[in-house]
Amino acid sequence: MSRKLIVLFAVLIVSVLVISACASAAPAPAEQKASEPAQSTTQSTLDVVKARGKLICGSNQAVPGFGFLQTDGSFAGFDIDFCKALSAAIFGDPSKVEYRPLSAKQRFTALQAGEIDVLIRNTTWTLTRDTELGANFAPTTFYDGQGITVRRDSGVNTLEDLAGASICVASGTTTELNLADQMASRGIAYTPVVFETADETTSAYLDGRCDAYTTDKSGLVARMSLFPNPQDHKILEETLSKEPLGPVVRQGDDQWFDVVKWTVFATFTGEEMGITSQNVDDAKANAKDPNVRKLLGLEGDMGQKLGLSNDWAYNIIKMVGNYAEIYNRNLGPDTVFNLARGLNASWVDGGLLYAPPIR
Amino acid sequence: MATNTSEQSAVPIWRDERYLEIIAQAVVVLGIVALFWWLIHNLLTGLESLGTPLSFRFLGQTSQFDIGETSLEYSRNSSYSRALLVGLVNTLRVSLIGIVFATLLGLIVGVARLSSNWLVSRLAAVYVELLRNIPLLVFLIFLSSTVFHKLPKVQEAAHLGNWAFLTNRGIYIAWFDPAASYTVYRWVLMVAALAAVVVAALLIRKGKRTGRMPLYWLWAFVIFVVVTGLGWFLMPTPPLTVNIPSLQGRNFRGGISLTPEFMAIFSGLVIYTAAFIAEVVRAGIQAVSKGQREAASALGLSGFMTLRLIIFPQALRVIIPPLTSQYLNLTKNSSLAVAVGYPDLFSVGGTIVNQSGRAVEVILITMAVYLSFSLLTSLFMNWYNRRTQLVER
Ligand SMILES: N[C@@H](CCC(=O)N[C@@H](CS)C(=O)NCC(=O)O)C(=O)O
Repeated sequence: MSRKLIVLFAVLIVSVLVISACASAAPAPAEQKASEPAQSTTQSTLDVVKARGKLICGSNQAVPGFGFLQTDGSFAGFDIDFCKALSAAIFGDPSKVEYRPLSAKQRFTALQAGEIDVLIRNTTWTLTRDTELGANFAPTTFYDGQGITVRRDSGVNTLEDLAGASICVASGTTTELNLADQMASRGIAYTPVVFETADETTSAYLDGRCDAYTTDKSGLVARMSLFPNPQDHKILEETLSKEPLGPVVRQGDDQWFDVVKWTVFATFTGEEMGITSQNVDDAKANAKDPNVRKLLGLEGDMGQKLGLSNDWAYNIIKMVGNYAEIYNRNLGPDTVFNLARGLNASWVDGGLLYAPPIR
Repeated sequence: MATNTSEQSAVPIWRDERYLEIIAQAVVVLGIVALFWWLIHNLLTGLESLGTPLSFRFLGQTSQFDIGETSLEYSRNSSYSRALLVGLVNTLRVSLIGIVFATLLGLIVGVARLSSNWLVSRLAAVYVELLRNIPLLVFLIFLSSTVFHKLPKVQEAAHLGNWAFLTNRGIYIAWFDPAASYTVYRWVLMVAALAAVVVAALLIRKGKRTGRMPLYWLWAFVIFVVVTGLGWFLMPTPPLTVNIPSLQGRNFRGGISLTPEFMAIFSGLVIYTAAFIAEVVRAGIQAVSKGQREAASALGLSGFMTLRLIIFPQALRVIIPPLTSQYLNLTKNSSLAVAVGYPDLFSVGGTIVNQSGRAVEVILITMAVYLSFSLLTSLFMNWYNRRTQLVER
């Protein structure tokens, strides 16, 4: 009996030793991580993306013009083009992207968990998201505001007319919060009906479950293009909030953050300088302006500073286009949306888009 | 020395089964402990390195979002913990009512399936086979989008006089509102209930003594109605007023209402789970030996009486354990409410995850809540099961 006990004891001791040995080995890298946050000593996203050979881009699949899964299985839209621009900057090929369609509710968890490299999915920059959700926001690519869609025959013209109404909204959005804020501050009683995806939300609205449907105005325009009779609906004049939309990355990887930031700035700069996918080769061949030469990688090694090749911005503009081209292709006068540039014009034209110098 | 050892144990330790067994058990236990320890450690350091160490302090922050359906007081100024509580109550509401109705429907279908009437038993069989073979999520979406959202619009509500309205924004039914004198009338209700219980108890006692059980529930009911009715007329003003729903502005107001989201998840859970309960009931009834039924009819018991007095009490013993797991399934399946827009615990939790970024914490809370629901249900059903078991002599 006592021998049995001794054996048991020995086994336990040995295993405890083995386990605690693993344990003292295991936390070491974590401690390192904690002491040197955001250093490229931890695995850098850019290296991971390069090694993988493709970019994983968290995107929308349900908002035409911004991020939409088309019938042929490909993704298209304004946000999607920024995924492509990033891929062009990294790989010199806009097609090395894997799109991960995400609902509003899933997106931050996917980003935090490292399922995606970058989130480009009409996502609003807010303080809470920037801090507590562990996100970093690249420059805003689309300045938007929240709006409300109602049926034309409903007689609703202002927010106040919606007293006692049911309003359909997607969960996990700023929209959901703004709606609560606005209605509370104006003392309007209403019933929110919350769904997880844009499809569920709009179909409930179309079935008459709700008097109104609310999201970013760009989203409203986009979703209304899918309605069976868009002319029966209208967007109220009122804008409920500021919705600056742009790409998002995880906190703690400054190099990757820089790559995403400057990819967006490159598209702005292209428009400022009048360089388009059409004339970029010409510009590259004949450029004398040092600013253009830096942008197109002819001097200054700008790309290398980002960890990319020096023709990164040339590739973006050549393969995807400058900001104006991206905008017009997806939302401009030749599309069903025909959205005026408004705040989304370059600062040269009185808009808000302004890129710091590439030097 | 050497001979001594070999006498004590012919085989060396490492080949002695008695020791090997202990070693194997110790290794398994330690392995499991180590695995959990490693997982938890991994989780904690992972969160640490993300800069969001495990913490439940966020629960006190204001939620800032509204919830469409609440049984508790709640607004955008309430805390996250309050929002979770609202979700929890919504989960409980749909689960508990769902369990009651699923049991009733399952019982009917299960008995119908064994009916000697060909049509009835075939219909019950089709019901069971159909429902058991459709994924619940698909069924819920079907109910929500093709049934409840396709009900008449508010302006064209289907109605029963002024008393009930059926629309795709919900069902509205006239209900009572307590008036000023209700505070007094409450006492009348309590006295009436007490009187009914006392009378019933006395009658049961008498029944036990004489061997002939009177219709005690009927008497109790009559007493209750008479006392409350008398009380009503003695009040200066009626204690309850009827609140009739009417179209005010964009929606119906007044009466009690059930939203299409609630009805979709509720009816989905009931109809779906009832199919499984029906099978449990059928199996239970079939497990009672044929002799019992024959004996009952030899004694001259009617079909219904046989079922009630002979078959069911015995079938229950077989029914309760699998019935318990159906109850657990129903409660856990209620988390699919998120798909039809009903703000249950899981749905509200998801919103909180998104607005606060506290994914791990919220998921841990949610799991703990479902686990406690399940354990409580099991405890209760086990207790009930012990009561119905045959007392072995
Ligand atoms: N900009 C807002 C809302 C963005 C958003 O997700 N809008 C919804 C409604 S249009 C959407 O795009 N849903 C698409 C989907 O669920 O697939 C935010 O960042 O919270």
